[in-house]
Amino acid sequence: MKKLTTPQDFFDYQSEVKKSVDPKKTQIIICAGSGCLAYGTQKLIDGFKAEIEQQNLQDVMDVRASGCHGFCERGPIVLISPGNIFYQKVGLKDAPEIIEKTVLNGETIERLLYKDPQTGEKIIREHDVGFYKKQQRFILGQNSQINPTSINDYLAIGGYGALAKVLSETKPQEVIDEIIEANLRGRGGGGFPAGWKWDSTRKAVGDPKYVICNADEGDPGAYMDRSILEGNPHTVLEGMLIGAYAIGSSEGYIYVRNEYPLAVTNITLAIEQARELGLIGKNIMGTDFSFDIQINRGGGAFVCGESSALFASIEGRAGEPRAKYVHATDRGLYDKPTCLNNVETWANVPLVISKGAKWYQSIGTENSKGTKIFALVGKINNTGLVEVPMGITLREIIFEIGGGIPKGRKFKAVQTGGPSGGCIPEEYLDSPVDFDELTKLGSMMGSGGMIVMDERTCMVDIARYFLQFLEDESCGKCTPCREGVHQMRVILDRICEGNGQEGDIETLEWMGQAIADGSLCALGGSAPAPVLSTIRYFRDEYEAHIKDKKCPAGVCKALITYKIDSETCNGCHLCFKPCPTDAIAGEKKKLHTLDQDKCIQCGACYEVCKFDAVIVE
Amino acid sequence: MSDKVNLTIDGRKLEAPAGSTILQAAKDANIYIPHLCHNDELKPYGACRLCVVEITHRNRTRIVASCIYEVAEGLEVQTVTERVLNVRKLVIELLLSRNKKSQVLQDIAQKLEVEKSRFELDIKGCILCGMCIRTCKEVVGVNAIGYKSRGFTREVATPFDETPPDCIACGSCAYVCPVDFIQYSEKNGVRTIWNTEFPMQKCTKCGRHIAPVKQLDHFKETLNLPEDHFDICLHCR
Ligand SMILES: Cc1cc2nc3c(=O)[nH]c(=O)nc-3n(C[C@H](O)[C@H](O)[C@H](O)COP(=O)(O)O)c2cc1C
Ligand code: FES
Repeated sequence: MKKLTTPQDFFDYQSEVKKSVDPKKTQIIICAGSGCLAYGTQKLIDGFKAEIEQQNLQDVMDVRASGCHGFCERGPIVLISPGNIFYQKVGLKDAPEIIEKTVLNGETIERLLYKDPQTGEKIIREHDVGFYKKQQRFILGQNSQINPTSINDYLAIGGYGALAKVLSETKPQEVIDEIIEANLRGRGGGGFPAGWKWDSTRKAVGDPKYVICNADEGDPGAYMDRSILEGNPHTVLEGMLIGAYAIGSSEGYIYVRNEYPLAVTNITLAIEQARELGLIGKNIMGTDFSFDIQINRGGGAFVCGESSALFASIEGRAGEPRAKYVHATDRGLYDKPTCLNNVETWANVPLVISKGAKWYQSIGTENSKGTKIFALVGKINNTGLVEVPMGITLREIIFEIGGGIPKGRKFKAVQTGGPSGGCIPEEYLDSPVDFDELTKLGSMMGSGGMIVMDERTCMVDIARYFLQFLEDESCGKCTPCREGVHQMRVILDRICEGNGQEGDIETLEWMGQAIADGSLCALGGSAPAPVLSTIRYFRDEYEAHIKDKKCPAGVCKALITYKIDSETCNGCHLCFKPCPTDAIAGEKKKLHTLDQDKCIQCGACYEVCKFDAVIVE
Repeated sequence: MSDKVNLTIDGRKLEAPAGSTILQAAKDANIYIPHLCHNDELKPYGACRLCVVEITHRNRTRIVASCIYEVAEGLEVQTVTERVLNVRKLVIELLLSRNKKSQVLQDIAQKLEVEKSRFELDIKGCILCGMCIRTCKEVVGVNAIGYKSRGFTREVATPFDETPPDCIACGSCAYVCPVDFIQYSEKNGVRTIWNTEFPMQKCTKCGRHIAPVKQLDHFKETLNLPEDHFDICLHCR
């Protein structure tokens, strides 16, 4: 491959690449994100390729293994382009039929189409599927347009064009001004304006200056950053390159969570490819700007994603936060000026530069611009990764994109912001997704976790669950976080076990505030949020546990009894087998009984009963 | 930049050297701020969180650890506010639940009007201020002990919980421990610390035990002293 020695050289090369794409060729786009790979997508890719070869159809169609499409639950996903035909749960045996009918003859295959659960209608095109309809996938959408291991695919969709534009015509300060004007805010948790951070790093005294991408992504269940790195590594590199140019940095790091091997493989390959073309390294596109990137494997703890712990980890020390009231932009990695941004933040940069701050500003709310990617999980029909414009309401995400709550159950709360986010109840579902709004509600944007809970979720139990996670992940350096979170969890344990005491709620509130105020880093600073927010919105549930010794949601084992309703039980016998202690007696087609002495409150009968004849009190 | 900055602590106008911490400035002005993990000889650490204060700077009010926060021009510091006291009370109660006997902790608790910890007792003795580890590393220059595990299960320990290979038995860790947790004894020419027995060197004149052999070897090596430098004790010289 030739090295590109001027921006013009780059633009010429890029148009060549664009021209080499045959627009008449049909693309069979197969999602090879981690979710779909787990369903055996690799075989599907090989199968399609073999079939095409066998039938000698290479001139009319191509197979593209792409990054994650977001709707992982419906995988393996196959898109046919042009036409944007959306096939879900595709098996190896479907390959010849898709080629024959859809690609060659333009017919759709009914059984592979997505069926709208509400209307029962079969949907043909991806953008008409309820899950995708309200999304604006500026970032994730690129995943299906490229094969992440091909730099040419990225170039063909305009990739590295923003970098070339900046290098040829924009001064570093103007780049920063553009980012400030776009009001791009950090997507990794705090929502700090990226442009200001860049500006401070640029103005700080010190050499070298570092640019770092935070890809530690330790929130359980979150995989936004992973999907970007795996599916579109070049866009992250391009973002970092633009940032480095603006800041005046020559060295960068990508700090990747150790459990993300595919992300590491793809980003490593992307760096090699970019280096070969002269897009990374010395004198990029023949200019004075030089920048190189190293990959660092994460330390394996949640707290390593925190900025000062992350720096310590890269420096080879224990991944523990430092209490420094000096900004990283002045003294960060190796005590040098450092700009740390999240993967998604970096991925937004080429978009801002190529489409302009004005355009970017047109999306979102007053103080939250652009889109945000969420990992939508929990008690929800459509789980997956969604990219939505800021300002969309929680209700739209949960009930339109997410398709509502399964089994006709009632929505209870949604937790945003990862393990230390807060739980938001029904009455605030019409709130817009916006950094400041979510904070006002006692939660936060965080990095984009979104867990939906239904009426069968106990809010005390859920708070305890998150607190347990945070207790396990506390590094143990400062007292409030190490001891305080532990003691809060001990109190929640006893409430769930029926030993709650008068005054426990007030103690939890008092502790929560003091832990948030007194902790050394933001882990402790936000750890009480799950407890404080559930007390704020579900205080009655706490009181029921403590005063009435009842768990209204029917979850806390020590506080519930299962009963069989004599009216509704029709003796179907379905609950017999699952009961591990033989507590259910009765003959088929006759009323069953439940022996309370044997019952261990496992809830197995409750879950299987189709007639709601098992009731919990 | 000038060498001094002007700030107020509890309304008092003060001048403090740029680069010093709020805790130092307060100490110099005889203003009491409780603290446990800070020592002037050690690098700022900020872990116990007892020394928190409320600051207002550039219209922003927040709680910071005074042992690490550097003074700044125009900084306003409040050492006693409700929020500050709540953090301190929480911290001392939490520490008392690890060690209810320590006089140092009890004295601080008394000043904060905390009678006893409301939390489940889980007596561990050590309060994890890290002074021992940091003294060993930063002052003695040895690094014989460290932390094991994380979060609530964190402990100060020797490598793999075995005989510490680098320990010179100087006893500095035990000396700085604010809650007297580190066991240390000397009997029949043997110093015992970290579950390990260290033979001591005898004065060749009077026969008195001078110090652990490993400690003297360490001094000889780091200070480049002659091999027989410690053969005779101070008294016999
Ligand atoms: C306990 C803890 C864990 C964090 N984990 C991550 C993470 O996994 N990824 C991330 O981007 N930011 C994480 N952060 C936030 C970072 O400290 C930092 O604010 C962020 O990377 C800055 O990038 P941004 O401004 O682009 O969001 C974490 C913060 C805390 C306190
Ligand atoms: S003395 Fe400041 S945190 Fe311990």
